[in-house]
Amino acid sequence: MLMAEKMKDKKLEATRFGFAKALVELGKEDPNVVVMDADLAKSTLTKNFADVYPERFFDMGIAEQDMLSTAAGFAKMGKIPFACTYGVFVAGRAWDQIRTTICYGEFNVKIGGMHGGISVGPDGATHQALEELALMRVLPNMTVIVPCDTKEAYKATMASAKEIKGPVYLRFGREGVPILTTDEDPFVVGKANVMREGSDCAIIACGFMVGEALDAAKELEEEEGIKCRVVNIHTIKPIDKEAIIAAAKDCGCVVTAEEHQLAAGFGSAVAEVVCQNQPVPMKMVGISDRFGESGEPWELFEAFHITWKDIKKAVKEAVAMKKA
Amino acid sequence: MYSKAFVEALEQKSCDIRGDILMMLKEAKSGHSGGSLSSVEILTALYFYKMKHNPMNPDWDGRDYFILSKGHVCPALYTALAHSGYFPREELKTLRKFGSRLQGHPHWLKLPGLETSSGSLGQGLSVANGMALALKLDKKPNRVYCLLGDGELQEGQIWEAAMTSAHYGLDNVCAIVDYNNLEIDGYVEEVMGIHPLVEKWLSFNWHVHECDGNDITSVIRALDHASQMKRKPSVIIAHTTKGKGVSFMEDVDLWHGKTPSPEQLEQALSQLDGACSVFKPWN
Repeated sequence: MLMAEKMKDKKLEATRFGFAKALVELGKEDPNVVVMDADLAKSTLTKNFADVYPERFFDMGIAEQDMLSTAAGFAKMGKIPFACTYGVFVAGRAWDQIRTTICYGEFNVKIGGMHGGISVGPDGATHQALEELALMRVLPNMTVIVPCDTKEAYKATMASAKEIKGPVYLRFGREGVPILTTDEDPFVVGKANVMREGSDCAIIACGFMVGEALDAAKELEEEEGIKCRVVNIHTIKPIDKEAIIAAAKDCGCVVTAEEHQLAAGFGSAVAEVVCQNQPVPMKMVGISDRFGESGEPWELFEAFHITWKDIKKAVKEAVAMKKA
Repeated sequence: MYSKAFVEALEQKSCDIRGDILMMLKEAKSGHSGGSLSSVEILTALYFYKMKHNPMNPDWDGRDYFILSKGHVCPALYTALAHSGYFPREELKTLRKFGSRLQGHPHWLKLPGLETSSGSLGQGLSVANGMALALKLDKKPNRVYCLLGDGELQEGQIWEAAMTSAHYGLDNVCAIVDYNNLEIDGYVEEVMGIHPLVEKWLSFNWHVHECDGNDITSVIRALDHASQMKRKPSVIIAHTTKGKGVSFMEDVDLWHGKTPSPEQLEQALSQLDGACSVFKPWN
């Protein structure tokens, strides 16, 4: 089965919608919330905030470096700025501003990194953020969150402003993705959610790949009798070490899944915990050291080997390594 | 307009600050002499004349804000802060030493009186804009001052920020360019020219004021003029001499990132002493 077929029956909504909804809510609750964009307000959906609170919305033009440093100035004065644009531009182009002015200065800036991952599709490699989690998680004082669906995106955005005093990077996607959680499901920053129980292999995933992990786990159980624990790690930094160690211990092998470069990314963050605390065989599903290209989102997932089928294959390999 | 005694007192303060800068750089054995010395009168005018601030309460919300964008001249800022009373003057001796609050480039979380951390050039004006926008949102009258280097103007972000200040009509922002003509690799005009500077800022829709940045009267006049301007941000182009006050450092690019030896310090202090009779070096 192709991924495009599989996605047909699912109820989809892009995570940026959950983000936009939360921004408007935050604007209502706290007059100190301000929103900035770099000429992409219609695409990032910060326009929804701008329509309701125009005096607290600042279009900074196509100038990401200026936007991020200006955000630090807002935070210095007690505002809670959300600076938003495509992840590939904000994390790459404004990295020094994020590092030296925001993170070193411990300013309360929230960064909305939109259009994360290869699912941006037709725009091609220049617009597909595949490195930003690595770039952000290496920074001291930074919190990095990748919501798995639109409901989690809403909760993560609310939490970033209300519960975290300091810089936060939030990754959202353009494409509609399956809704996996409910309004009632818990969301605690830094705390992983186990989405399915099992003890043969742990699949640890973030963002859109959590859904792929669940599909893989379901089929593995039905077809091969392999029972997988699926762990959704929405907070990549600070990462939930306890949940990772427990998963590695209980299952004896780990597969990670991310819509991001494997090098220094999410799987690497999990591996840092596993190999230092509970070393077990590991396999990592993600982008293998190459740039993306144009294509339809699900077509690209197939071409870059980051579908539920690739997770299934990795789980079988990890289980075999465990038994060897 | 400004009394002779008042101007002389500020000149004396500049002289004292210059002496402390030289002595702390000698102790540190690394750091930036040239730009620290060129910016002395600018900092003196801000901290001892123009800015509202309270060293006994650094977080006072009525204060004006100073953003040092060219972070490497922090010896001058640290000295101005110490002389204002933010921390003991003795502490200047710890510059760049392990465990010191006086980091090689300023870190605001360590030292009272600092507003931000800087060292990577080109970012300060944007930060100043963000603060100024927040002040406008809150309808507060405080002003934000930002010191830029002339070489620093080669950073593209400065001009992004210049557009932002003008676009949002931030008349509570005052940028000051320490125009000493030199950067590490040589004369600014030879490394990467920024001329014609007045026209550049004018075309970015700023109020432009020029002054002799090493003449206290000229600097305070420019600051007073700038704070009267409405609807647009102001920039003061302060024509200065790198290494000002020490004959062998003046206008020599090598002194950008070099510090005086004990012998050179003696020589430098004797020149300052000649100009300012009551200057008392550290014991």
